[in-house]
Amino acid sequence: MTPTYYLLLSALLFTIGAVGVLVRRNAIVVFMCIELMLNAVNLSLVTFSRINGSLDGQIMAFFVMVVAAAEVVVGLAIIMSIFRTRRTASVDDSNLLKY
Amino acid sequence: MSLMSSVLLLAQEQPAPPKVEAPPVSAIWPILIVLGAACLSVLFEALLPKHLRWPAQVTLALLTIAAAGVKLVTYVSDAPAAGETAMFGTLAVDRPALFLWGTLLALSLGAVLLIADRSVEPGGAFVASAAIRPGTIQDRAQVASTGMQTEVFPLTLFALGGMMVFCAANDLLTMFVALEVLSLPLYLMCGLARRRRLLSQEAAVKYFLLGAFASAFFLYGVALLYGYAGSVRLADIAEAAAGSDRSDTLLFAGMGLLVVGLLFKAAVGPFHTWTPDVYQGAPTPVTAFMAACTKVAAFGGILRVLQVALESTQWEWRGVLWGVAIVSMVIGAVLGLTQTDVKRMIAYSSVAHAGFLLIGSIALTEKGLSGTLFYLLTYGFTTIATFGVISLVRDSSGEATHLSQWAGLAKRSPLLAGVFTFLLLALAGIPLTSGFVGKFVVFEAALADGMAPLVVVALIASAVAAFFYLRVIVLMYFSEPAADGPTVTVPGAFTTAAITLGVIVTLLLGVAPAFALDWASSGVFAIR
Repeated sequence: MTPTYYLLLSALLFTIGAVGVLVRRNAIVVFMCIELMLNAVNLSLVTFSRINGSLDGQIMAFFVMVVAAAEVVVGLAIIMSIFRTRRTASVDDSNLLKY
Repeated sequence: MSLMSSVLLLAQEQPAPPKVEAPPVSAIWPILIVLGAACLSVLFEALLPKHLRWPAQVTLALLTIAAAGVKLVTYVSDAPAAGETAMFGTLAVDRPALFLWGTLLALSLGAVLLIADRSVEPGGAFVASAAIRPGTIQDRAQVASTGMQTEVFPLTLFALGGMMVFCAANDLLTMFVALEVLSLPLYLMCGLARRRRLLSQEAAVKYFLLGAFASAFFLYGVALLYGYAGSVRLADIAEAAAGSDRSDTLLFAGMGLLVVGLLFKAAVGPFHTWTPDVYQGAPTPVTAFMAACTKVAAFGGILRVLQVALESTQWEWRGVLWGVAIVSMVIGAVLGLTQTDVKRMIAYSSVAHAGFLLIGSIALTEKGLSGTLFYLLTYGFTTIATFGVISLVRDSSGEATHLSQWAGLAKRSPLLAGVFTFLLLALAGIPLTSGFVGKFVVFEAALADGMAPLVVVALIASAVAAFFYLRVIVLMYFSEPAADGPTVTVPGAFTTAAITLGVIVTLLLGVAPAFALDWASSGVFAIR
């Protein structure tokens, strides 16, 4: 197996995540798609680390995991607060601010 | 077995531990002070009784900014001209970084004063407890209460620390972590408004989802550049871009994704879609902080990435950024015309300003750098004062931000109308205000670097944008005030200080800009 396949897989996962953010309507699902994008990046970081023969990429993947965890804390808090107010997590219903 | 024996050997001989050079900290004291105080501020939240928190937090925040400022000034006086790296090469402390730190500290002083104010809205612009559901009986009680969610102060300090790291980051990983450290507190702060909480929460959700989306793009760009250069150090990327045997696809894809992430943070059109909603929905002091300081940090990052890491590939990206700058100026100027809400109008104005700033950033000369830095300084102070003034015009439901409510305001409060007129003229770039000098230096640098068509577009965009600033001025002076119009609150010491600071700096940099221009052009990105 050449490492290139992992890069392609990571690009595919990233694209699936990005498309998901654009087409899904539930804030939680949108957020999960963003997490998918971050994990796709982790995969390519580790693959590049292997290709380059240095450990930097693997260390960076840990950084990304920590940051993603922090993002979950903040993100779920915000989504929870709007869900408790509106009884829905659909991003289409948050439409007071426009034009 | 050999491992065992070597461990035993180590235990017997007890050799001196390898000497690690202590990193020089004198250069990064301001960052350490701000982040240390942010941690202390979290402890205050946990340990102090409720009635003591507000005074303690305000004192701590103001002292922190003052102390960091003093440390910065003492360091600048004998800083090495070539700059130095700190924290094992992850932070580059050179002249532009020092200038941006000074700008950020000065701007956040104004923003903290606005955030701490409790005279304009009794109890402050922030909700008493963010956990209360909007629209309930408890929510109506919290509007009248004088309590306030004082967590906003540690969040501000963390965001400020992140911004300072962001514009000094010497590698892309540090830049990514700093990006999140500055963004995550801002997402939360957007959702803390005392009134109109649905709008505020909606702003927080939108900012969070789009911000996280953009940072994922930024991160994928980092990964691809790491694959291309084998390192995330900016200097190594520059070296690899000058001559590497890896595929250029990695370089260009990585560069594109990275720059998209940065442009999003800087609210450059067409990546600006979050800006009007978030500026309108967030509590006005937070909007002031976000509009001024985030822009400074984001453009600090853009300047460093473009000039240090991507300079040798400028012929590939320059054309694209030309287009982005034009789109940003046109979107800001044209859509600004159609706005009926004063906060949204300023948001579109900030999109147009981001376009002007981008012109300065892609002029890869010393003048382009110093012009952009100076522009950031002027724009930040004017914006802080503008949002300070906006927070004063109120009716029974809170701030009266609809433009129709501003009709005839000069008759009710000539002073406020005068100050706001001055600030709008500064945003439009009329001579004798800092906005004019800022635009002048940026456009001059762009002309010298062969970007005449871009400057022509920029001049047309400023003329169009001037129209919607003048419309507000005409509305304030030449319309009859509505019978049930808003009142102008007499601000307390904090808001007065913040507005005065902004207005004085706007005037000073318009009349005598030489000293700040000298400071802005005192050096280039030296760590390469």
